[in-house]
Amino acid sequence: MKAIVSVIGKDKKGIIAKVSTALYEMDINIENISQTIMQEYFTMIMAVDFSDSKLKFNEIAKNLDKLGQDNAVEIHIQLQSIFDSMHQVTTTENKL
Amino acid sequence: MYSSNEIIETINMVSHQHLDVRTITLGISLFDCITDDKKRTCDKVYDKIMYKAKDLVKIGQDISNEIGVPIVNKRVSVTPISLIAAASKGHLELIKVLDKAANEIGIDFLGGYSALVHKEMTPYEKEFILSIPQALAATSKICSSINVATTKAGINMDAIKLMGQVIKDTAYLTKDNDSIGCAKLVVFANAVEDNPFMAGAFLGTGEGDTVVNVGVSGPGVVKTALESVDGDLTQVAECIKQTAFKITRVGQLVAKEASRRLNASTGIVDLSLAPTPVVGDSVAHILEEIGLEQVGGFGTTATLAMLNDAVKKGGIMACSSVGGLSGAFIPVSEDIGMIHGVESGCLTLEKLEAMTAVCSVGLDMFAVPGDTSAEVLSAIIADEIAIGVVNQKTTAVRVIPVYGKKAGEYAEFGGLLGRAPILNINTASPAKFINRGGRIPAPLHSFKN
Repeated sequence: MKAIVSVIGKDKKGIIAKVSTALYEMDINIENISQTIMQEYFTMIMAVDFSDSKLKFNEIAKNLDKLGQDNAVEIHIQLQSIFDSMHQVTTTENKL
Repeated sequence: MYSSNEIIETINMVSHQHLDVRTITLGISLFDCITDDKKRTCDKVYDKIMYKAKDLVKIGQDISNEIGVPIVNKRVSVTPISLIAAASKGHLELIKVLDKAANEIGIDFLGGYSALVHKEMTPYEKEFILSIPQALAATSKICSSINVATTKAGINMDAIKLMGQVIKDTAYLTKDNDSIGCAKLVVFANAVEDNPFMAGAFLGTGEGDTVVNVGVSGPGVVKTALESVDGDLTQVAECIKQTAFKITRVGQLVAKEASRRLNASTGIVDLSLAPTPVVGDSVAHILEEIGLEQVGGFGTTATLAMLNDAVKKGGIMACSSVGGLSGAFIPVSEDIGMIHGVESGCLTLEKLEAMTAVCSVGLDMFAVPGDTSAEVLSAIIADEIAIGVVNQKTTAVRVIPVYGKKAGEYAEFGGLLGRAPILNINTASPAKFINRGGRIPAPLHSFKN
């Protein structure tokens, strides 16, 4: 299962390291990373695959949310299918 | 693959522009629950709803968490109860069972305390309709709708006359809460069978056993997108179409996934722009963004017509099956821009009626003085229903004659239902017309065979 992790907040040292460590510890593979500064906010987008993770989606989301709160950034994880649906005319299958 | 900007766009739509899926509505057929015994019918209805919808709320919540888009309401619609209870005459017992099931499952609304009387009423259907005030006063989640006309059958004026009184009685029985019972009662022309929206949802007789219908929302998303359009109206329409496509795609995804998890068929996505009373979630503000000083002024009907059309064009390609009411909703109490229009005197009932000729529903969630006569209420309904019948579209009336209150005062409902400034209305008597009864024949252009 593929998902998009987005990290939005004030830029700070080590945030990429912290998020990628957390993902590694949950056995989630990062397939792509991009980052930009948008309207003074640091924005990191990661495409991840959580098929190998033992945790359920809700648990992963909870852990990331906690990590975000501890570091004063917003971290969301959403299934890739929502972005496929909204931004591509041709989608493979509208399925989560 | 999509860009980071597109991902951020989606996140912003949810966090700043109130994008949501308004409802997952699970339609449940109750035909297999019909018996001639009140108790047995009630037991079968309760068991079927509890079995089919037991996971609806959890599944809705799960999907919402996974895609990161709120799913505001989880609802159930059922086969019109006038059909299910006709053999046992057990509608008053059934209403309690429906309310109990709705509360136990934890859904927001259950629709289908309904009757289809567009040509004539049977004696039992008349008895059923007269029970509506009591049913709505005794429950909080049950919604009722009556279809009083179709383009094919004409307008059942006997039913419209009856509904004027039923609405007044409902207002009286729920007078302690600003006549809120009337907010759960809709009078339709050309009612659709797959509507996910309340208060008018019921599962039509042509539908399957269990079916998921989804209603999307996002007036704030459309307004925000339009803020960056400086071009002419063709460009405005194009922008609305593209935005509607994205919004509706979310609905399609949710409909597919919810039906899979609920083991129900995928019904339709209702291509709707449904406002809520919060700032930034208003259909009226879209019209103002297009270029009106205030909703209700001249230009309102034209801009609304364009908005409604563009929403359908964008949405129709986004999903495999569209239906329901599909279009922009203009409920007065549920839209902050509409409320302001009424408060300033810019938006009148007459203009609202004109607006309904070009958009999806009808005269919705508007409050009138409590002393409005039953005949005037019936005539308001008759006018609106005529627009639907002649234009071969669905129209509806959801009017609240707020008991004990006058024009200029407010009815406060709270939540999604919002607050309604009470309109000053024309009270010239239509009593002779309404008391004639009978049926207004179907219009000439309904004979297409």
